[in-house]
Amino acid sequence: MYNFLLWLDAYQEMIYIVVLMIFLGIEVIGRVPSVLHTPLMSGANAIHGVVIIGAIIVMGKADPENYVALILGFLAVVLGTINVVGGFVVTDRMLDMFRKKRH
Amino acid sequence: MGYVFLMLGYLLASVSFIVGLKMLSHPDTAKRGNRLAAAGMTIAIVVTIFLYEDNGERLGNYGWIFGALFIGAVIGWIAARKVQMTAMPEMVSLFNGMGGACAALISMIEFNHLVHETFLPHLPLSEETLSGTIGQVPMTQVLVIMLGLVIGTVSFAGSMIAWGKLNGRVNDFSFRGLQLVNILLLSVILAFSTYLIVRFSTDSAAPGIFENAQTAANSFTLLFYLILVLAILYGVFFVLPIGGADMPVVISLLNSFTGVAAACGGFLYNNKAMLTGGILVGAAGTLLTILMCRAMNRSLKNVLLGSFGASAKSGSRSSEQGSFKEITLSDAGMMMAYAERVMIVPGYGLAVAQAQHICHELEKLLTQRGVEVAYAIHPVAGRMPGHMNVLLAEADVSYEKLLELEEANQLLPRTDVVLVLGANDVVNPAAKTDPASPIYGMPILDVEQARQVIVNKRSMKPGYAGIENPLFFGTKTSMLFGDAKKVLQELVATIKEI
Repeated sequence: MYNFLLWLDAYQEMIYIVVLMIFLGIEVIGRVPSVLHTPLMSGANAIHGVVIIGAIIVMGKADPENYVALILGFLAVVLGTINVVGGFVVTDRMLDMFRKKRH
Repeated sequence: MGYVFLMLGYLLASVSFIVGLKMLSHPDTAKRGNRLAAAGMTIAIVVTIFLYEDNGERLGNYGWIFGALFIGAVIGWIAARKVQMTAMPEMVSLFNGMGGACAALISMIEFNHLVHETFLPHLPLSEETLSGTIGQVPMTQVLVIMLGLVIGTVSFAGSMIAWGKLNGRVNDFSFRGLQLVNILLLSVILAFSTYLIVRFSTDSAAPGIFENAQTAANSFTLLFYLILVLAILYGVFFVLPIGGADMPVVISLLNSFTGVAAACGGFLYNNKAMLTGGILVGAAGTLLTILMCRAMNRSLKNVLLGSFGASAKSGSRSSEQGSFKEITLSDAGMMMAYAERVMIVPGYGLAVAQAQHICHELEKLLTQRGVEVAYAIHPVAGRMPGHMNVLLAEADVSYEKLLELEEANQLLPRTDVVLVLGANDVVNPAAKTDPASPIYGMPILDVEQARQVIVNKRSMKPGYAGIENPLFFGTKTSMLFGDAKKVLQELVATIKEI
């Protein structure tokens, strides 16, 4: 128990962010019309592509002699970029179809 | 100084994700919201490349980084541009899998790095490094690495299966006791991970106690990759038995998984942009998943344990349910042209045939003749929530004509003709009448309440979920076989002649 409290104390900033973000995520999505479910899912899919930052850090810190790390990191950056670029472009294309019609 | 701009960049990115997601949930602002989030992402990536510092050291390997970014951007761009509207759900699933794999790879590299740092700081090993001068590795660090690995891997493997299922490469598969295997797999993964986390952290306090640090490093690495393999298996078995009707729910769930996996990276690098973005998607995705389950009157647990596919096998027992009658094109055209109200129920068949434009043309033609035409959109019609809305919006069908489930059901008893275009499970009355049916309890469009029902299908084969539909044998129902696009073209031609 004491250890757990110590842990809470050590990571309290992160824990605050996690808790607040959970509420925010629920709040933000709460009133979405069903017409937008697919683009919203796709947009959210692109946003979790932020994992690319981790991939870039890992790649940038890798020892230039360590080919295993370099190759895995390279793959991580490629896959993360596909997630980000593909995700945003596909969402953009979907939303093109929701443009206001000219009458 | 660089650090300040790095923090500022991450702050801007976090805010853009939140505001972008908010804007994405309103039709008027959705497009700008998406671009705002994309701009935030670009800022986050640029500041990371140029300003990130670890113990005062900038990142290296720029050639590798830019090469990977370029290749990924080109592949992502082309894939997103070339994909057909019908294949959009598969694409989202595929992109989601890439994100999950990325998170898992980060965990792999970080774990290997950690093993080397802790147990094999320098080769050859010196006495001094073995005595534990590096210090104990915090349990939290191992924990987030393991979480990122397991969640990212499950999301990757699951997304690949979902992708294969949606484009027909992977069939539903289930055997007796699969649920038990899944629970067992999950327990083993949890047990092994817990052991690894605790043991790694404890042993790292004093790596010198090992006669051979190499052996310790090897056994931890072996356990790590064993967990990876188990997680792949779990991801595969988790999605395999789930039927087609549940795919939207599964993709949405895996989407939120990847969000959590990304957030683990945020914990690992103390990176607020990753943490906010990941948790935001994790929370929003989970809520979206629950909303979808609710639309089908099923619990998330029920979907998670994959019982849908298992019971679907027993649900499709009776293949002969009576006789159906066919209708000619001219009769169908006549019926609709002289109706007062026509309701169109689109389904996946419409998407496959790419018949949305000709469908809109039929709707305009009927409206010109004074027929009231509306579309009844079931929340899970097609292969993704909102699939039909996107498809019809592409053909310029106006918003007001798209009715949601409840609205449509109120209007159906006062509707003369219902035209079902390649939809099946969402109009299956077995959901209300047959407790043995796997979709029993799912709210459906009550098309049998209308005066006449015309069903367009390619053949009498059961729908994607593999369940017989008694609607087709009903007295009010007439079948109009053929490809949706061709049938609609002919219908339009017929009605023009009347």
